[in-house]
Amino acid sequence: MSTLATTAPAARRGGSTLTGTGTLLRFALRRDRVRLPVWVAALTLGTAATANSFHGLYPDAKARATAAESVSSPAGLAMTGPERYLADYTYGAMLGHQMLGFTAVMVALLSVLTLTRHTRTEEETGRAELVRSAAVGRHAPLASALGVAVVANLAVAAAFTLVLGGQGLAGVGWGGSVLYGAAHAAVGLFLAAVAAVTAQVTAHSRGASGLAFAVLGLAYLLRAVGDVGSGALSWLSPIGWAQRTYVYAEDRWWPLLLSLAVTAAVLALAVLLSTRRDVGAGLRQSRGGPARAATALTRPLGLAWRLHRGLLLGFAVALFVLGAAYGGVLGDAEEMVGDVAALEEALARLGGASVAESFASMVMIILAVIAAIYVVLAALRPRAEESGRRAEPLLSTALSRSRWVGGHLTVALAGGTLVLLAAGLGFGLTGASATGDGALVGELVGAALAYAPALWVTAGVAVLLYGWLPQAVTLAWTVPLLAFVVGYLGQLLQFPDWLTRLSPFSHVPRLPAESLTWTPLLVLTLLAAVLVALGLAGFRRRDLLTN
Amino acid sequence: MTTSRTAAISVEGLVKTFGRTRALDGLDLTVGEGEVHGFLGPNGAGKSTTIRVLLGLLRADSGTARLLGRDPWHDAVTLHRRLAYVPGDVELWPNLTGGEAIDLLATLRGGLDRRRRDELTERFDLDPTKKGRSYSKGNRQKVAIVAALASDAELLLLDEPTAGLDPLMEVVFQDVIGEAKATGRTVLLSSHILAQVEKLCDRVSIVRLGQVVQAGTLSELRHLTRTTVEAETERPVDGLDTLPGVHDLRTEDGRLRCAVDGAELDAVIRRLSAAGVRSLTSHPPTLEELMLRHYGDAYGAAPADGGPDAEAAR
Repeated sequence: MSTLATTAPAARRGGSTLTGTGTLLRFALRRDRVRLPVWVAALTLGTAATANSFHGLYPDAKARATAAESVSSPAGLAMTGPERYLADYTYGAMLGHQMLGFTAVMVALLSVLTLTRHTRTEEETGRAELVRSAAVGRHAPLASALGVAVVANLAVAAAFTLVLGGQGLAGVGWGGSVLYGAAHAAVGLFLAAVAAVTAQVTAHSRGASGLAFAVLGLAYLLRAVGDVGSGALSWLSPIGWAQRTYVYAEDRWWPLLLSLAVTAAVLALAVLLSTRRDVGAGLRQSRGGPARAATALTRPLGLAWRLHRGLLLGFAVALFVLGAAYGGVLGDAEEMVGDVAALEEALARLGGASVAESFASMVMIILAVIAAIYVVLAALRPRAEESGRRAEPLLSTALSRSRWVGGHLTVALAGGTLVLLAAGLGFGLTGASATGDGALVGELVGAALAYAPALWVTAGVAVLLYGWLPQAVTLAWTVPLLAFVVGYLGQLLQFPDWLTRLSPFSHVPRLPAESLTWTPLLVLTLLAAVLVALGLAGFRRRDLLTN
Repeated sequence: MTTSRTAAISVEGLVKTFGRTRALDGLDLTVGEGEVHGFLGPNGAGKSTTIRVLLGLLRADSGTARLLGRDPWHDAVTLHRRLAYVPGDVELWPNLTGGEAIDLLATLRGGLDRRRRDELTERFDLDPTKKGRSYSKGNRQKVAIVAALASDAELLLLDEPTAGLDPLMEVVFQDVIGEAKATGRTVLLSSHILAQVEKLCDRVSIVRLGQVVQAGTLSELRHLTRTTVEAETERPVDGLDTLPGVHDLRTEDGRLRCAVDGAELDAVIRRLSAAGVRSLTSHPPTLEELMLRHYGDAYGAAPADGGPDAEAAR
């Protein structure tokens, strides 16, 4: 009797493939009740603070015109947005031109992480199986994850609209602010849909988010190269679409409709793919492997290499391609100098560096920050191994803690350097062929490698946290974040000196625009060594954590 | 007898706290060389914490622990060459095969016996070519067991090693540990599976709330409890309940069942015999009943001395 009574309501309700979506969505939002508001608040504060600073930075029309000129170089356009914003460079146009592309990437990151966490991570841990065994439809987990992404993106859009529209800044009206928020949401939703596809393709959350990040990187690269060139490539990028609303300048909505239509198509693909696979499995079947371990695998360094190689090679290839893409427009940079007379004045202030050189220096910072992301991921791998309970059996063998971490660290340090080398090489090779200056190869490789000591310090910070504050290792991400904020955004906005000096990347000579000085590089290397030694000392004395 | 042997593991007054939780609260444990020692207790009693301290993965707040005569924290690496560990929850590298993981762990320990590895892989019916991510829980467990036993460790620390293994593999595991015992290895076996402990272990320590509440050989422990007798007789048995040392007497459909103190067993059997025994079974107290004596309150209202109510409570 009692079983009949309990099953009856579910049976009466019948069941579609979306049964349970509402419950799952509420549950997922509850799980993210801290994470999402923090993201939204951080993005909103950043946006509000930037908009707020414009008035002080560019008090009059003349200052704004100068600002427009300073970003009209190829380097400036590559790191901001399309040139059409510059026609009337109001505070609103500045937001659309300088901030939109960057914050849209952040919103996209939020979307990808959210979607992967609620789909593939759930399946990987086996929790999805438990959920799906209840009266839950086939598409309900994906639908609820998308629901969370929609909620997050709408929250970002609404918050942006409110803080910008409410500021009453000249050229920043309510209508434009609504579009500004919506443009971010469009990029976020597109990447959420992409993550919905990648979550079907691979059986692992890291792979799923990694693939989606690759798409995001490609989208950014297409718009950067497109905005420097003819603009055609930008039309292949969701970030390009958002920027081509010419928000606050022309307020065009239709590029967002294009974005939504493509997003819907990508989503349909995700749903189609999800019906073609089993719960917990990816579309790609996992293959077997050797029954015996090669001798190299049984050494700490060999094991670390095996665990890191996918990530390392992925970053090396990605940075080579990114560098090569930037190198391809290096030739345009030289040509543009003749066109813009005012630019030469601006360059004079840079101490005699050529346009190409200052462009190259700016690109180097981007490449170095991405390499730093790799280094943090790699240096924090021991923590992932530890909390994943894979460190415990290893450290119960005759492998000492220092040698175990040492293996991972060696790969992180050498791998970071290799990633820089790949970036410099890609940049140099295409740069040399675009400008016809063969010496650029060596010059740009050297410029890239100058950032190696800063990367080692980044790894040192990660190891120090790992040794002493293993629960707080995510703080290591502040290093690449700070490097990006002061190194990249610092060229557009102004930050206090102490903040700039805090970043190890600020002390690296900006080759090739500046000349090489060894002292900061040696000091950074020494600092890295001290941080690593301290971190290892901490790890040797603490408990191994299994959570 | 056991105390006269040198101790492979000797732990005294071990204390380990995690925040406000006192995981180990003055735990004492002695395991003689060549002994298979059962380490019993419910989840959260402190078994895994003890083993992790013995492995030098956790640092004890106070108390002393000696493993093969050395300090498990300071001499961790030296000690690890002589011991092997199987965790209860084995996690493998998703992109390494089971075979690679076995070789890795055994080689890092300092000695992979290839012939033994192949033999164990065969006996446990393990496919070593599969990637770590595609193994089930039981198969991950097998990987760790094979890795632990494929090297020449003199001490085995096994933390619920057979969780997730099927009954056939459980038998293989018992055989393998029996062989390890025969070659003089010392084993600390933390387990929930009481039949496994009864079959393999010389001595047993029962842990509760971070302390060992009882330790000894199984027969020593059994002596403290009662034998269960079940009989079917031709005529009703009179006066059984008046005998001293008879507990929980019940009669159902002509079958009687009671628990009898060891000393009174003879008198009870005589009474039964006088009534004409049709069938008679008696069994010594199971480890389960021993456990329930110590955890009776933890498991609800189950009576401390076992019996039918305890069965119902399970």
